[in-house]
Amino acid sequence: MDVLGRYRNLIVLVGVLFAQVLGLAVQVRRPTDNEPTRLIRIWAVDMVTPLEKALGWAQTSSNNIWHNYFYLRGVRAENRSLKAQIERMSLEQVRMSQDADQARRLQALLAFKEQFISQTMAAQVIGTSGSEQSRSVYIDKGEVDGLKPDTAVITANGVVGKVLLVYRSTSLVLLISDHSSGVGALLEKSRIEGIVRGTPAGEVMLEKVMSDESVSVGEQVLTSGGDGIFPKGLLVGTVTKVTPGSELFLNIHLRPAADLSKLEEVLVVTKIDQRQAAPDKTGAARAADILAERLPTVPSKPENAEKGPAPETATPKTAIPKTVAPANSGLDAKPKAAHSDALTSSGAPATRKPVTSASSPVNSSGNPSGAPSAAKPAASGIDATKLSKPVKATTEPKPQPAVEDIPH
Amino acid sequence: MAITYTSGEQVEVYRFSIPATVLIPLTAIFLQAWLPLRFPFFTLFDLPLLVTIGFATARRNPLAGLVTGGLIGILQDALTHQAIGLYGISLTVVGFGASSLGIKLDVENGGARFLLTIFFYAVHEVVYFMIARGLVGSHMAWSWPHEVLSGVSNALLGVLVFMLLDRVKQRT
Repeated sequence: MDVLGRYRNLIVLVGVLFAQVLGLAVQVRRPTDNEPTRLIRIWAVDMVTPLEKALGWAQTSSNNIWHNYFYLRGVRAENRSLKAQIERMSLEQVRMSQDADQARRLQALLAFKEQFISQTMAAQVIGTSGSEQSRSVYIDKGEVDGLKPDTAVITANGVVGKVLLVYRSTSLVLLISDHSSGVGALLEKSRIEGIVRGTPAGEVMLEKVMSDESVSVGEQVLTSGGDGIFPKGLLVGTVTKVTPGSELFLNIHLRPAADLSKLEEVLVVTKIDQRQAAPDKTGAARAADILAERLPTVPSKPENAEKGPAPETATPKTAIPKTVAPANSGLDAKPKAAHSDALTSSGAPATRKPVTSASSPVNSSGNPSGAPSAAKPAASGIDATKLSKPVKATTEPKPQPAVEDIPH
Repeated sequence: MAITYTSGEQVEVYRFSIPATVLIPLTAIFLQAWLPLRFPFFTLFDLPLLVTIGFATARRNPLAGLVTGGLIGILQDALTHQAIGLYGISLTVVGFGASSLGIKLDVENGGARFLLTIFFYAVHEVVYFMIARGLVGSHMAWSWPHEVLSGVSNALLGVLVFMLLDRVKQRT
Protein backbone atom coordinates (compact mmCIF):
# COMPACT_ATOMS: atom_id res chain seq x y z
CA MET A 1 0.00 0.00 0.00
CA ASP A 2 2.86 2.28 0.84
CA VAL A 3 4.37 1.55 -2.58
CA LEU A 4 1.07 2.25 -4.30
CA GLY A 5 0.73 5.55 -2.54
CA ARG A 6 4.31 6.50 -3.19
CA TYR A 7 4.22 5.75 -6.89
CA ARG A 8 0.58 6.58 -7.48
CA ASN A 9 1.23 9.15 -10.18
CA LEU A 10 3.56 6.88 -12.05
CA ILE A 11 1.13 3.97 -11.86
CA VAL A 12 -1.69 6.11 -13.18
CA LEU A 13 0.55 7.33 -15.98
CA VAL A 14 1.47 3.79 -16.98
CA GLY A 15 -2.16 2.75 -16.83
CA VAL A 16 -3.34 5.60 -19.03
CA LEU A 17 -0.56 5.01 -21.54
CA PHE A 18 -1.27 1.29 -21.61
CA ALA A 19 -4.95 1.91 -22.26
CA GLN A 20 -4.14 4.23 -25.12
CA VAL A 21 -1.68 1.81 -26.63
CA LEU A 22 -4.32 -0.91 -26.46
CA GLY A 23 -6.75 1.36 -28.21
CA LEU A 24 -4.15 2.09 -30.83
CA ALA A 25 -3.48 -1.60 -31.34
CA VAL A 26 -7.16 -2.33 -31.83
CA GLN A 27 -7.40 0.32 -34.50
CA VAL A 28 -4.31 -0.78 -36.34
CA ARG A 29 -5.50 -4.39 -36.45
CA ARG A 30 -8.76 -3.50 -38.14
CA PRO A 31 -8.09 -1.21 -41.06
CA THR A 32 -11.26 -2.10 -42.96
CA ASP A 33 -13.08 0.42 -45.08
CA ASN A 34 -16.51 -0.70 -43.95
CA GLU A 35 -15.79 -0.21 -40.29
CA PRO A 36 -18.17 2.24 -38.65
CA THR A 37 -16.68 5.56 -37.72
CA ARG A 38 -15.57 5.84 -34.15
CA LEU A 39 -17.80 7.86 -31.90
CA ILE A 40 -14.91 9.92 -30.61
CA ARG A 41 -14.26 11.07 -34.17
CA ILE A 42 -17.88 11.99 -34.64
CA TRP A 43 -17.94 13.93 -31.38
CA ALA A 44 -14.74 15.79 -32.15
CA VAL A 45 -15.81 16.65 -35.67
CA ASP A 46 -19.26 17.74 -34.50
CA MET A 47 -17.65 20.03 -31.96
CA VAL A 48 -15.30 21.74 -34.35
CA THR A 49 -16.94 21.82 -37.77
CA PRO A 50 -20.05 23.92 -36.94
CA LEU A 51 -17.87 26.80 -35.86
CA GLU A 52 -15.68 26.35 -38.93
CA LYS A 53 -18.77 26.46 -41.14
CA ALA A 54 -20.04 29.56 -39.38
CA LEU A 55 -16.72 31.31 -39.82
CA GLY A 56 -16.58 30.31 -43.45
CA TRP A 57 -20.08 31.65 -44.03
CA ALA A 58 -19.26 34.90 -42.26
CA GLN A 59 -16.13 35.34 -44.31
CA THR A 60 -17.93 34.63 -47.58
CA SER A 61 -20.73 37.04 -46.70
CA SER A 62 -18.39 39.83 -45.77
CA ASN A 63 -16.36 39.23 -48.94
CA ASN A 64 -19.54 39.41 -51.01
CA ILE A 65 -20.65 42.62 -49.34
CA TRP A 66 -17.24 44.16 -49.84
CA HIS A 67 -16.87 43.16 -53.48
CA ASN A 68 -20.45 43.74 -54.54
CA TYR A 69 -21.08 47.09 -52.87
CA PHE A 70 -17.88 48.75 -51.84
CA TYR A 71 -14.99 47.55 -53.87
CA LEU A 72 -16.29 48.52 -57.33
CA ARG A 73 -13.14 50.13 -58.47
CA GLY A 74 -11.95 48.78 -61.78
CA VAL A 75 -15.05 46.69 -62.37
CA ARG A 76 -15.63 48.15 -65.81
CA ALA A 77 -12.05 47.60 -66.93
CA GLU A 78 -12.14 44.10 -65.50
CA ASN A 79 -15.37 43.45 -67.40
CA ARG A 80 -13.76 44.49 -70.64
CA SER A 81 -10.73 42.32 -70.11
CA LEU A 82 -12.90 39.36 -69.14
CA LYS A 83 -14.95 39.73 -72.30
CA ALA A 84 -11.79 39.75 -74.37
CA GLN A 85 -10.61 36.68 -72.53
CA ILE A 86 -13.91 34.93 -73.26
CA GLU A 87 -13.50 35.63 -76.94
CA ARG A 88 -10.00 34.22 -76.93
CA MET A 89 -11.13 31.14 -75.06
CA SER A 90 -14.01 30.60 -77.48
CA LEU A 91 -11.59 30.45 -80.36
CA GLU A 92 -9.42 28.06 -78.44
CA GLN A 93 -12.45 25.96 -77.64
CA VAL A 94 -13.23 25.62 -81.32
CA ARG A 95 -9.76 24.32 -81.95
CA MET A 96 -9.91 21.93 -79.03
CA SER A 97 -13.27 20.55 -80.07
CA GLN A 98 -11.77 19.62 -83.41
CA ASP A 99 -9.06 17.71 -81.60
CA ALA A 100 -11.70 16.05 -79.44
CA ASP A 101 -13.67 15.01 -82.50
CA GLN A 102 -10.65 13.39 -84.01
CA ALA A 103 -9.76 11.62 -80.81
CA ARG A 104 -13.29 10.33 -80.49
CA ARG A 105 -13.26 8.98 -83.99
CA LEU A 106 -10.02 7.18 -83.32
CA GLN A 107 -11.37 5.80 -80.08
CA ALA A 108 -14.41 4.51 -81.84
CA LEU A 109 -12.23 2.78 -84.34
CA LEU A 110 -10.40 1.03 -81.57
CA ALA A 111 -13.65 0.36 -79.68
CA PHE A 112 -12.53 2.22 -76.58
CA LYS A 113 -14.89 3.13 -73.82
CA GLU A 114 -14.54 6.66 -72.63
CA GLN A 115 -15.06 7.70 -69.07
CA PHE A 116 -16.40 11.10 -68.31
CA ILE A 117 -17.48 13.06 -65.30
CA SER A 118 -21.22 13.40 -65.55
CA GLN A 119 -22.00 14.99 -62.21
CA THR A 120 -20.12 17.02 -59.62
CA MET A 121 -21.01 18.76 -56.39
CA ALA A 122 -19.39 21.97 -55.21
CA ALA A 123 -18.19 22.05 -51.63
CA GLN A 124 -16.47 24.62 -49.47
CA VAL A 125 -13.33 23.79 -47.53
CA ILE A 126 -14.03 24.66 -43.90
CA GLY A 127 -11.06 23.33 -41.99
CA THR A 128 -7.96 21.17 -41.87
CA SER A 129 -6.82 18.31 -39.69
CA GLY A 130 -4.41 20.68 -37.96
CA SER A 131 -1.50 18.29 -38.22
CA GLU A 132 1.45 18.09 -40.55
CA GLN A 133 1.28 14.30 -40.29
CA SER A 134 -2.23 14.24 -41.71
CA ARG A 135 -2.64 16.39 -44.78
CA SER A 136 -6.37 16.52 -45.12
CA VAL A 137 -9.18 19.05 -45.18
CA TYR A 138 -12.81 19.12 -44.15
CA ILE A 139 -15.56 20.09 -46.58
CA ASP A 140 -19.10 21.13 -45.79
CA LYS A 141 -20.82 18.27 -47.59
CA GLY A 142 -21.51 14.91 -46.03
CA GLU A 143 -23.79 11.91 -45.91
CA VAL A 144 -26.97 13.98 -46.12
CA ASP A 145 -25.70 15.37 -49.43
CA GLY A 146 -25.13 11.92 -50.84
CA LEU A 147 -21.35 11.75 -50.57
CA LYS A 148 -19.57 8.44 -50.23
CA PRO A 149 -16.00 7.47 -49.37
CA ASP A 150 -13.42 7.00 -52.13
CA THR A 151 -14.87 9.77 -54.26
CA ALA A 152 -12.61 11.98 -56.31
CA VAL A 153 -12.26 15.62 -55.31
CA ILE A 154 -10.99 18.11 -57.87
CA THR A 155 -10.82 21.79 -58.69
CA ALA A 156 -10.85 23.54 -62.02
CA ASN A 157 -7.05 23.41 -61.92
CA GLY A 158 -6.61 19.75 -61.16
CA VAL A 159 -6.85 16.87 -58.75
CA VAL A 160 -7.08 17.61 -55.03
CA GLY A 161 -7.63 14.26 -53.35
CA LYS A 162 -10.33 11.81 -52.39
CA VAL A 163 -13.06 11.63 -49.79
CA LEU A 164 -11.79 9.50 -46.94
CA LEU A 165 -14.40 9.76 -44.21
CA VAL A 166 -18.00 10.88 -44.52
CA TYR A 167 -19.88 12.28 -41.54
CA ARG A 168 -23.39 13.53 -41.41
CA SER A 169 -22.81 16.99 -42.87
CA THR A 170 -19.06 17.12 -43.37
CA SER A 171 -16.43 14.96 -44.97
CA LEU A 172 -12.70 14.49 -44.62
CA VAL A 173 -10.76 14.77 -47.86
CA LEU A 174 -7.30 13.21 -48.02
CA LEU A 175 -5.03 15.40 -50.12
CA ILE A 176 -2.67 13.97 -52.71
CA SER A 177 0.21 15.46 -50.71
CA ASP A 178 -0.43 13.13 -47.78
CA HIS A 179 2.00 10.27 -47.43
CA SER A 180 -0.81 7.72 -47.25
CA SER A 181 -2.50 8.81 -50.48
CA GLY A 182 -1.94 7.32 -53.92
CA VAL A 183 -3.21 8.26 -57.36
CA GLY A 184 -2.76 6.24 -60.54
CA ALA A 185 -1.10 8.56 -63.03
CA LEU A 186 0.72 8.74 -66.32
CA LEU A 187 2.97 11.20 -68.06
CA GLU A 188 1.21 13.15 -70.75
CA LYS A 189 3.69 12.80 -73.59
CA SER A 190 5.50 9.57 -72.94
CA ARG A 191 2.41 7.83 -71.45
CA ILE A 192 4.60 6.20 -68.81
CA GLU A 193 2.48 5.11 -65.88
CA GLY A 194 3.30 5.59 -62.23
CA ILE A 195 1.76 6.34 -58.85
CA VAL A 196 1.49 9.83 -57.41
CA ARG A 197 2.14 9.83 -53.68
CA GLY A 198 2.69 12.43 -51.02
CA THR A 199 5.73 12.51 -48.79
CA PRO A 200 5.91 13.10 -45.04
CA ALA A 201 7.22 16.56 -45.86
CA GLY A 202 4.11 17.33 -47.92
CA GLU A 203 5.69 17.09 -51.35
CA VAL A 204 4.10 15.25 -54.26
CA MET A 205 6.12 12.64 -56.11
CA LEU A 206 5.55 10.32 -59.04
CA GLU A 207 6.81 6.89 -58.08
CA LYS A 208 7.41 3.53 -59.75
CA VAL A 209 8.94 4.98 -62.90
CA MET A 210 11.94 2.98 -63.97
CA SER A 211 15.26 4.76 -63.98
CA ASP A 212 15.88 4.04 -67.66
CA GLU A 213 12.80 6.00 -68.70
CA SER A 214 13.15 9.51 -70.06
CA VAL A 215 11.19 12.09 -68.11
CA SER A 216 11.54 15.78 -68.84
CA VAL A 217 10.96 18.70 -66.52
CA GLY A 218 7.78 20.54 -67.33
CA GLU A 219 5.91 17.49 -68.52
CA GLN A 220 2.40 17.24 -67.21
CA VAL A 221 1.06 14.30 -65.25
CA LEU A 222 -2.50 13.11 -65.76
CA THR A 223 -4.62 10.56 -63.97
CA SER A 224 -4.52 7.14 -65.58
CA GLY A 225 -7.87 5.93 -64.29
CA GLY A 226 -6.23 2.77 -63.01
CA ASP A 227 -7.07 3.40 -59.37
CA GLY A 228 -10.80 3.31 -60.04
CA ILE A 229 -11.36 6.60 -58.22
CA PHE A 230 -10.14 9.32 -60.55
CA PRO A 231 -11.32 9.32 -64.16
CA LYS A 232 -8.63 9.23 -66.75
CA GLY A 233 -7.17 12.42 -68.07
CA LEU A 234 -7.43 14.76 -65.11
CA LEU A 235 -4.43 17.01 -64.53
CA VAL A 236 -2.44 16.11 -61.43
CA GLY A 237 0.64 18.27 -61.69
CA THR A 238 3.81 19.19 -63.52
CA VAL A 239 7.25 17.63 -63.25
CA THR A 240 9.66 20.01 -61.50
CA LYS A 241 12.66 17.82 -60.78
CA VAL A 242 13.92 14.39 -61.80
CA THR A 243 16.69 12.71 -59.86
CA PRO A 244 17.93 9.15 -59.61
CA GLY A 245 16.33 7.38 -56.72
CA SER A 246 16.99 4.32 -54.68
CA GLU A 247 16.60 0.91 -56.23
CA LEU A 248 15.56 1.02 -59.88
CA PHE A 249 13.18 3.96 -59.84
CA LEU A 250 13.39 7.68 -60.44
CA ASN A 251 12.56 10.39 -57.93
CA ILE A 252 10.16 12.61 -59.82
CA HIS A 253 9.01 15.70 -57.97
CA LEU A 254 5.73 17.27 -59.00
CA ARG A 255 4.14 20.63 -58.50
CA PRO A 256 0.42 19.95 -57.95
CA ALA A 257 -1.86 21.61 -60.45
CA ALA A 258 -4.28 22.55 -57.71
CA ASP A 259 -2.87 24.82 -55.00
CA LEU A 260 -3.31 22.53 -52.00
CA SER A 261 -2.35 25.23 -49.51
CA LYS A 262 -5.07 27.63 -50.62
CA LEU A 263 -8.14 25.52 -51.11
CA GLU A 264 -11.44 27.32 -50.75
CA GLU A 265 -13.92 25.53 -52.98
CA VAL A 266 -13.65 22.09 -54.48
CA LEU A 267 -15.74 19.83 -56.67
CA VAL A 268 -16.67 16.34 -55.57
CA VAL A 269 -17.16 13.96 -58.48
CA THR A 270 -20.41 12.25 -57.67
CA LYS A 271 -21.00 10.40 -60.91
CA ILE A 272 -18.75 8.94 -63.56
CA ASP A 273 -20.28 7.39 -66.66
CA GLN A 274 -18.84 5.18 -69.31
CA ARG A 275 -19.88 5.00 -72.87
CA GLN A 276 -18.66 3.75 -76.17
CA ALA A 277 -16.89 6.62 -77.87
CA ALA A 278 -18.88 7.63 -80.94
CA PRO A 279 -17.78 9.97 -83.67
CA ASP A 280 -19.57 13.24 -83.90
CA LYS A 281 -22.04 12.48 -86.64
CA THR A 282 -23.51 15.95 -86.56
CA GLY A 283 -20.16 17.37 -87.51
CA ALA A 284 -18.76 17.50 -90.98
CA ALA A 285 -19.23 14.36 -93.03
CA ARG A 286 -16.29 12.17 -93.71
CA ALA A 287 -14.57 12.48 -96.99
CA ALA A 288 -15.44 8.88 -97.82
CA ASP A 289 -19.13 9.54 -97.32
CA ILE A 290 -19.02 12.67 -99.39
CA LEU A 291 -17.22 11.01 -102.27
CA ALA A 292 -19.58 8.07 -102.05
CA GLU A 293 -22.55 10.31 -102.51
CA ARG A 294 -21.09 11.78 -105.65
CA LEU A 295 -20.55 8.43 -107.27
CA PRO A 296 -23.33 7.34 -109.64
CA THR A 297 -25.73 4.91 -108.04
CA VAL A 298 -28.18 2.45 -109.44
CA PRO A 299 -31.72 3.53 -108.64
CA SER A 300 -33.06 1.14 -106.04
CA LYS A 301 -36.45 -0.46 -105.95
CA PRO A 302 -38.95 0.98 -103.52
CA GLU A 303 -38.86 -2.02 -101.17
CA ASN A 304 -35.09 -1.86 -101.14
CA ALA A 305 -35.10 1.85 -100.51
CA GLU A 306 -37.19 1.33 -97.35
CA LYS A 307 -34.68 -1.05 -95.89
CA GLY A 308 -31.88 0.52 -93.90
CA PRO A 309 -28.65 0.35 -95.87
CA ALA A 310 -25.51 -1.23 -94.50
CA PRO A 311 -23.23 1.17 -92.72
CA GLU A 312 -20.75 1.34 -95.55
CA THR A 313 -23.51 2.21 -98.00
CA ALA A 314 -24.61 5.36 -96.29
CA THR A 315 -25.03 7.14 -99.62
CA PRO A 316 -28.80 6.76 -99.99
CA LYS A 317 -29.38 8.23 -96.54
CA THR A 318 -27.05 11.07 -97.13
CA ALA A 319 -28.72 11.79 -100.46
CA ILE A 320 -32.25 11.91 -99.12
CA PRO A 321 -31.78 14.85 -96.76
CA LYS A 322 -31.11 17.21 -99.64
CA THR A 323 -34.81 17.30 -100.34
CA VAL A 324 -35.82 17.79 -96.76
CA ALA A 325 -33.06 20.06 -95.61
CA PRO A 326 -35.30 23.05 -94.92
CA ALA A 327 -37.71 21.00 -92.85
CA ASN A 328 -34.87 19.51 -90.87
CA SER A 329 -33.29 22.78 -90.03
CA GLY A 330 -35.50 22.95 -86.99
CA LEU A 331 -34.36 19.53 -85.93
CA ASP A 332 -30.85 20.61 -86.54
CA ALA A 333 -31.30 23.51 -84.17
CA LYS A 334 -32.20 21.21 -81.29
CA PRO A 335 -29.08 19.09 -81.32
CA LYS A 336 -26.95 22.16 -81.78
CA ALA A 337 -28.67 23.83 -78.88
CA ALA A 338 -28.04 20.73 -76.83
CA HIS A 339 -24.43 20.85 -77.84
CA SER A 340 -24.15 24.48 -76.91
CA ASP A 341 -25.79 23.81 -73.54
CA ALA A 342 -23.27 21.08 -72.94
CA LEU A 343 -20.49 23.38 -73.96
CA THR A 344 -21.43 26.32 -71.83
CA SER A 345 -21.71 24.09 -68.79
CA SER A 346 -18.55 22.12 -69.37
CA GLY A 347 -16.09 24.49 -70.84
CA ALA A 348 -13.24 22.12 -71.65
CA PRO A 349 -12.57 18.67 -72.98
CA ALA A 350 -12.84 16.11 -70.24
CA THR A 351 -9.62 14.49 -71.25
CA ARG A 352 -7.59 17.42 -70.06
CA LYS A 353 -9.57 19.33 -67.49
CA PRO A 354 -12.37 18.34 -65.15
CA VAL A 355 -15.82 19.34 -66.23
CA THR A 356 -17.87 21.17 -63.70
CA SER A 357 -21.44 20.07 -64.23
CA ALA A 358 -23.63 17.29 -65.47
CA SER A 359 -22.58 17.31 -69.09
CA SER A 360 -20.86 15.15 -71.61
CA PRO A 361 -17.46 16.00 -72.93
CA VAL A 362 -17.15 18.55 -75.63
CA ASN A 363 -18.09 16.99 -78.90
CA SER A 364 -18.87 19.97 -80.99
CA SER A 365 -17.80 23.46 -81.06
CA GLY A 366 -18.96 26.89 -80.59
CA ASN A 367 -21.16 29.37 -78.99
CA PRO A 368 -24.90 29.17 -79.09
CA SER A 369 -25.73 31.30 -82.08
CA GLY A 370 -23.56 31.51 -85.12
CA ALA A 371 -20.28 29.89 -84.31
CA PRO A 372 -21.24 26.23 -84.82
CA SER A 373 -22.22 26.77 -88.39
CA ALA A 374 -19.08 28.77 -88.88
CA ALA A 375 -16.95 26.22 -87.08
CA LYS A 376 -18.09 23.14 -88.86
CA PRO A 377 -16.65 24.06 -92.21
CA ALA A 378 -13.50 25.03 -90.42
CA ALA A 379 -13.46 21.74 -88.57
CA SER A 380 -13.40 19.88 -91.84
CA GLY A 381 -11.03 22.30 -93.46
CA ILE A 382 -9.75 19.86 -96.02
CA ASP A 383 -13.22 18.73 -96.91
CA ALA A 384 -14.49 22.25 -97.21
CA THR A 385 -12.20 22.89 -100.14
CA LYS A 386 -13.76 20.05 -102.02
CA LEU A 387 -17.33 20.47 -101.02
CA SER A 388 -20.12 22.86 -101.53
CA LYS A 389 -22.89 23.76 -99.13
CA PRO A 390 -24.87 20.54 -99.51
CA VAL A 391 -22.38 19.01 -97.08
CA LYS A 392 -24.15 20.71 -94.21
CA ALA A 393 -27.49 19.52 -95.43
CA THR A 394 -26.27 15.95 -95.48
CA THR A 395 -25.34 16.11 -91.87
CA GLU A 396 -28.45 17.81 -90.66
CA PRO A 397 -31.02 15.05 -90.60
CA LYS A 398 -29.19 12.87 -88.08
CA PRO A 399 -30.57 13.95 -84.78
CA GLN A 400 -30.38 10.48 -83.18
CA PRO A 401 -26.66 10.55 -82.38
CA ALA A 402 -27.07 14.05 -81.03
CA VAL A 403 -29.56 12.74 -78.48
CA GLU A 404 -26.66 10.98 -76.79
CA ASP A 405 -25.05 14.33 -76.27
CA ILE A 406 -27.93 15.87 -74.44
CA PRO A 407 -26.82 16.20 -70.85
CA HIS A 408 -28.84 14.26 -68.30
CA MET B 1 6.06 33.31 -5.11
CA ALA B 2 7.81 30.94 -7.50
CA ILE B 3 10.98 29.33 -6.28
CA THR B 4 14.10 27.84 -7.76
CA TYR B 5 15.17 24.25 -7.42
CA THR B 6 17.32 24.85 -4.39
CA SER B 7 14.83 26.95 -2.51
CA GLY B 8 12.94 25.52 0.42
CA GLU B 9 9.86 27.64 -0.01
CA GLN B 10 6.64 26.13 -1.22
CA VAL B 11 5.68 26.51 -4.86
CA GLU B 12 2.47 28.15 -5.81
CA VAL B 13 -0.12 25.96 -7.38
CA TYR B 14 -2.74 27.37 -9.65
CA ARG B 15 -6.04 26.15 -10.91
CA PHE B 16 -8.33 27.03 -13.74
CA SER B 17 -12.06 27.51 -13.65
CA ILE B 18 -14.22 24.86 -15.28
CA PRO B 19 -15.17 27.03 -18.27
CA ALA B 20 -11.51 27.85 -18.83
CA THR B 21 -10.53 24.20 -18.45
CA VAL B 22 -13.01 23.21 -21.15
CA LEU B 23 -12.97 26.17 -23.50
CA ILE B 24 -9.26 26.86 -23.72
CA PRO B 25 -8.27 23.39 -25.02
CA LEU B 26 -11.25 23.35 -27.39
CA THR B 27 -10.29 26.78 -28.69
CA ALA B 28 -6.74 25.63 -29.19
CA ILE B 29 -7.86 22.56 -31.16
CA PHE B 30 -10.25 24.64 -33.23
CA LEU B 31 -7.62 27.26 -34.06
CA GLN B 32 -5.14 24.53 -34.91
CA ALA B 33 -7.62 23.12 -37.41
CA TRP B 34 -8.89 26.40 -38.84
CA LEU B 35 -5.95 28.77 -39.02
CA PRO B 36 -3.86 26.69 -41.49
CA LEU B 37 -6.68 27.23 -43.98
CA ARG B 38 -5.92 30.94 -44.04
CA PHE B 39 -2.26 30.82 -43.01
CA PRO B 40 -0.63 27.66 -44.38
CA PHE B 41 2.53 28.25 -42.34
CA PHE B 42 0.54 27.72 -39.15
CA THR B 43 0.96 23.95 -39.45
CA LEU B 44 4.40 24.61 -37.99
CA PHE B 45 2.83 25.39 -34.63
CA ASP B 46 1.12 23.04 -32.21
CA LEU B 47 -1.35 24.97 -30.06
CA PRO B 48 -2.76 21.94 -28.22
CA LEU B 49 0.78 21.03 -27.12
CA LEU B 50 1.38 24.54 -25.79
CA VAL B 51 -1.90 24.53 -23.90
CA THR B 52 -1.03 21.15 -22.40
CA ILE B 53 2.33 22.43 -21.20
CA GLY B 54 0.77 25.62 -19.86
CA PHE B 55 -1.93 23.78 -17.91
CA ALA B 56 0.52 21.22 -16.56
CA THR B 57 3.11 23.73 -15.37
CA ALA B 58 0.43 25.89 -13.72
CA ARG B 59 -1.36 23.10 -11.91
CA ARG B 60 1.79 21.23 -10.94
CA ASN B 61 -0.28 18.09 -10.51
CA PRO B 62 1.01 15.07 -12.48
CA LEU B 63 -2.35 13.32 -12.44
CA ALA B 64 -4.18 16.32 -13.76
CA GLY B 65 -1.42 16.95 -16.24
CA LEU B 66 -1.48 13.49 -17.75
CA VAL B 67 -5.27 13.34 -17.93
CA THR B 68 -5.49 16.77 -19.53
CA GLY B 69 -2.76 15.90 -22.01
CA GLY B 70 -4.38 12.60 -22.86
CA LEU B 71 -7.77 14.12 -23.51
CA ILE B 72 -6.41 16.97 -25.59
CA GLY B 73 -4.28 14.56 -27.59
CA ILE B 74 -7.17 12.21 -28.29
CA LEU B 75 -9.31 15.07 -29.53
CA GLN B 76 -6.46 16.20 -31.73
CA ASP B 77 -6.15 12.66 -33.12
CA ALA B 78 -9.85 12.50 -33.84
CA LEU B 79 -9.59 15.32 -36.36
CA THR B 80 -6.92 13.52 -38.37
CA HIS B 81 -7.35 10.40 -40.47
CA GLN B 82 -4.79 8.47 -38.50
CA ALA B 83 -5.31 6.13 -35.62
CA ILE B 84 -6.56 7.70 -32.41
CA GLY B 85 -3.89 7.61 -29.75
CA LEU B 86 -0.80 9.00 -31.45
CA TYR B 87 -1.16 12.50 -30.10
CA GLY B 88 -2.93 11.08 -27.05
CA ILE B 89 0.10 9.11 -25.94
CA SER B 90 2.61 11.86 -26.65
CA LEU B 91 0.59 14.56 -24.91
CA THR B 92 -0.02 12.25 -21.94
CA VAL B 93 3.72 11.94 -21.52
CA VAL B 94 4.20 15.69 -21.99
CA GLY B 95 1.45 16.53 -19.50
CA PHE B 96 2.92 14.24 -16.89
CA GLY B 97 6.46 15.44 -17.45
CA ALA B 98 5.62 19.13 -17.54
CA SER B 99 3.64 19.01 -14.32
CA SER B 100 6.32 16.93 -12.58
CA LEU B 101 9.01 19.34 -13.72
CA GLY B 102 6.87 22.29 -12.79
CA ILE B 103 7.02 21.21 -9.17
CA LYS B 104 10.77 21.35 -9.16
CA LEU B 105 11.59 24.30 -11.35
CA ASP B 106 10.74 27.95 -11.59
CA VAL B 107 8.59 28.24 -14.69
CA GLU B 108 7.22 31.71 -14.18
CA ASN B 109 9.73 33.68 -16.20
CA GLY B 110 9.92 33.89 -19.95
CA GLY B 111 13.33 32.31 -20.35
CA ALA B 112 12.43 29.23 -18.40
CA ARG B 113 9.21 28.87 -20.30
CA PHE B 114 11.04 29.16 -23.61
CA LEU B 115 13.49 26.40 -22.73
CA LEU B 116 10.79 24.25 -21.15
CA THR B 117 8.68 24.46 -24.30
CA ILE B 118 11.58 23.53 -26.54
CA PHE B 119 12.38 20.56 -24.34
CA PHE B 120 8.85 19.22 -24.24
CA TYR B 121 8.36 19.86 -27.94
CA ALA B 122 11.33 17.59 -28.53
CA VAL B 123 9.88 14.99 -26.15
CA HIS B 124 6.55 15.21 -27.93
CA GLU B 125 8.12 14.73 -31.36
CA VAL B 126 10.30 11.83 -30.25
CA VAL B 127 7.43 9.98 -28.61
CA TYR B 128 5.13 10.62 -31.58
CA PHE B 129 7.78 9.47 -34.01
CA MET B 130 8.45 6.30 -32.04
CA ILE B 131 4.77 5.41 -31.71
CA ALA B 132 4.00 6.19 -35.35
CA ARG B 133 6.95 4.27 -36.74
CA GLY B 134 7.11 1.51 -34.15
CA LEU B 135 3.50 0.69 -33.43
CA VAL B 136 1.47 1.99 -36.32
CA GLY B 137 4.05 1.46 -39.06
CA SER B 138 3.46 4.89 -40.51
CA HIS B 139 6.01 6.38 -42.89
CA MET B 140 7.45 9.37 -41.14
CA ALA B 141 10.53 11.31 -42.02
CA TRP B 142 12.62 13.07 -39.42
CA SER B 143 14.02 16.37 -40.65
CA TRP B 144 16.37 18.13 -38.25
CA PRO B 145 16.05 21.59 -39.84
CA HIS B 146 12.28 21.34 -39.76
CA GLU B 147 12.24 20.14 -36.15
CA VAL B 148 14.59 22.86 -34.98
CA LEU B 149 12.61 25.57 -36.73
CA SER B 150 9.36 24.19 -35.42
CA GLY B 151 10.72 23.86 -31.89
CA VAL B 152 11.93 27.43 -31.75
CA SER B 153 8.71 28.72 -33.30
CA ASN B 154 6.58 26.83 -30.82
CA ALA B 155 8.72 28.02 -27.94
CA LEU B 156 8.26 31.65 -28.97
CA LEU B 157 4.53 31.20 -29.38
CA GLY B 158 4.44 29.27 -26.14
CA VAL B 159 5.73 32.25 -24.20
CA LEU B 160 2.79 34.28 -25.52
CA VAL B 161 0.30 31.49 -24.81
CA PHE B 162 1.54 31.16 -21.23
CA MET B 163 1.13 34.90 -20.73
CA LEU B 164 -2.48 34.55 -21.85
CA LEU B 165 -3.01 31.60 -19.51
CA ASP B 166 -1.57 33.66 -16.63
CA ARG B 167 -4.57 35.95 -16.97
CA VAL B 168 -7.10 33.18 -16.39
CA LYS B 169 -5.37 31.01 -13.82
CA GLN B 170 -6.39 31.28 -10.19
CA ARG B 171 -4.37 30.71 -7.07
CA THR B 172 -5.45 27.81 -4.92
